[in-house]
Amino acid sequence: MKKDTHKQIKSAGLIGWVDERFPLSSFIKNHLTEYYAPKNFNFWYFFGALALFTFVIQILTGIFLTMYYKPDAAQAFASVEFIMRDVSFGWLIRYMHSTGASLFFVVIYLHMFRGLMYGSYKKPRELLWLFGVAIFLLLMAESFFGYLLPWGQMSYWGAQVIVNLFATIPFIGPDLAEWVRGDYLVSDATLNRFFAFHVIALPLALAGLIMCHLVALHEVGSNNPDGIEIKDTKDKKTGIPLDGIPFHPYYTVKDLIGLSVFLIVFASIIFFAPEMGGYFLEANNFVPANPLVTPSHIAPTWYFTPFYSILRAVPPILGSQFPGVAAMGLSVLIFFFVPWLDKSKVRSIRYKGILYKKWLAAFVVSFIILGYLGTVPSNIWGQFSSIIPLLGGVDVATFVARIFTVVYFAFFIMMPIYSKKDVTKKVPRRVTF
Amino acid sequence: MKMFAIIFLLYSSISFSAENIELSKAPIDLTNNQSLQRGAKTFINYCLNCHSANFMRYSNLQDIGLSAETIKNDLLFTGDKIGDTMSVNMSAKDSKKWFGASPPDLSVVARSRGADWIYSYMRGFYSDPSRPMGWNNTVYVNSAMPHILWELQGEQILNPKTKKLEKFSSGKLNAKEYDAMIADLTNYLVYMSEPDQLKRKKMGYYVIGFLLLLLFLTIKLKKEYWRDIK
Repeated sequence: MKKDTHKQIKSAGLIGWVDERFPLSSFIKNHLTEYYAPKNFNFWYFFGALALFTFVIQILTGIFLTMYYKPDAAQAFASVEFIMRDVSFGWLIRYMHSTGASLFFVVIYLHMFRGLMYGSYKKPRELLWLFGVAIFLLLMAESFFGYLLPWGQMSYWGAQVIVNLFATIPFIGPDLAEWVRGDYLVSDATLNRFFAFHVIALPLALAGLIMCHLVALHEVGSNNPDGIEIKDTKDKKTGIPLDGIPFHPYYTVKDLIGLSVFLIVFASIIFFAPEMGGYFLEANNFVPANPLVTPSHIAPTWYFTPFYSILRAVPPILGSQFPGVAAMGLSVLIFFFVPWLDKSKVRSIRYKGILYKKWLAAFVVSFIILGYLGTVPSNIWGQFSSIIPLLGGVDVATFVARIFTVVYFAFFIMMPIYSKKDVTKKVPRRVTF
Repeated sequence: MKMFAIIFLLYSSISFSAENIELSKAPIDLTNNQSLQRGAKTFINYCLNCHSANFMRYSNLQDIGLSAETIKNDLLFTGDKIGDTMSVNMSAKDSKKWFGASPPDLSVVARSRGADWIYSYMRGFYSDPSRPMGWNNTVYVNSAMPHILWELQGEQILNPKTKKLEKFSSGKLNAKEYDAMIADLTNYLVYMSEPDQLKRKKMGYYVIGFLLLLLFLTIKLKKEYWRDIK
């Protein structure tokens, strides 16, 4: 089929000349003008395109920042302030990059939530989902490496804490942490290698994975809020899905609306609240890194806090913090297994039963509460009074984090059971709006 | 659900132990060039003897309405050029020996501490003979910094019973004048922490205005294209 269309294209002039040497027209057809997407995409379908847009923004602003930034422990902090003050519009480029990092995660979390709602991971989109989770993992690494670069107190101690997590791994841990740092503590050597990862290794890998994600998407076709396969009902003459519309121009113009709204949010933060109340740029990161002074409260940036909460919630076993580290790792990796955990006959939440809805709601609530608890010290809500058996003296926040850690994991682990038991509704043959 | 009820019941028996220092609200107005200029003069005359502002250039002071001439004649130390940054000659090693801690660079201190903290800190010094410099602070307890401005403010002492500051001796300024001076200084420090911040906000209105227009047009465009999709 595809080979036929390739041969049919015959354009004159320059395009024709290129087409004989490079599949330009067929590429545009296959991925834009004759890529048929379901016509019932809703609000939740903006975030894939927005994630791609944010990626491009980060790359472009990153290039300009790299022109002035100095990956040197003695100069890094000053070079960032140089960008903020002495480089023309340096402040704008830097705020675009720092705000872009946080909004990237906002967009990705909403994009992933869309997948969970409409069952976009179910057959035949398992590999598409796996690429997506891999992108999420790399993105976390990318932002972690980037966060060290301003070389402020939070950068430094955040990196110190995260690298020390590796040290908890039995047997090889301490050597592994030292190998990652390239020194006995986070230092100039660490900064240089993190810089290398942040500006070359991970962006390159991310670009490759994003391409795989898109190729896989265009191979199997987009899911939709009804979870119906639009390829099942095609026009008999043309072979075009009856519920499909060409991505271009229909979704390119629709995505422009989403992009405009996104840019308004983006610009509002950049121009009026670039620190975002200390969540996007922390106050402590305006103090240069000092290996001799540990800040009283070290918290990762907001997008890591649900996972950080899980780390803190798991009590040490036999004096080792490793169980917490393992739980944190698992809380991210568990997303890989979702396509095989969901045993439901239907894809979309629209036709799933009440059980899945309840569990998804519980998951979202735990994610948000764990996220909040990760930003605050664990004694924020005080301790249980010592007269209460078992709980006496335990931090209330830690206890709450433990409950929601269990809920978080239960959403995944119980999925094969509740998704099978759930009473599903009948799925219509054609998409609805 | 039961679990939540239990948590709620237990919650009533929790004791809170967090101690919060009450900070006074700093009257910041970055559009007030007179205040910023007074603050800059205070900063250069008093703070800049020990504290540097290594990321701030003297020439940037033209943004707050000071002419290059005024900066050169009134504010520059001998030997400095107008394009230089506000550095100090005291070495970190010496200052550490003298004060017990090196005075931090103040370029971005308003972003790490916040305006209210600075405003309260500079008004929170009291004399305390148990400290090496003879001074302590209610906002930053056991701060290594002596009260540089004591001749202006006069001496305060901490009432051990009420935990409140009380006037011990008068200085050259009355309380109102001193507070106004610290307000100007704080205002300047906030400006210095991000000299382009007013420009940034002003530009923001134009950008958002443009984007709203873009949104309007993209909505129209989408409607036009999608007319035939049922």
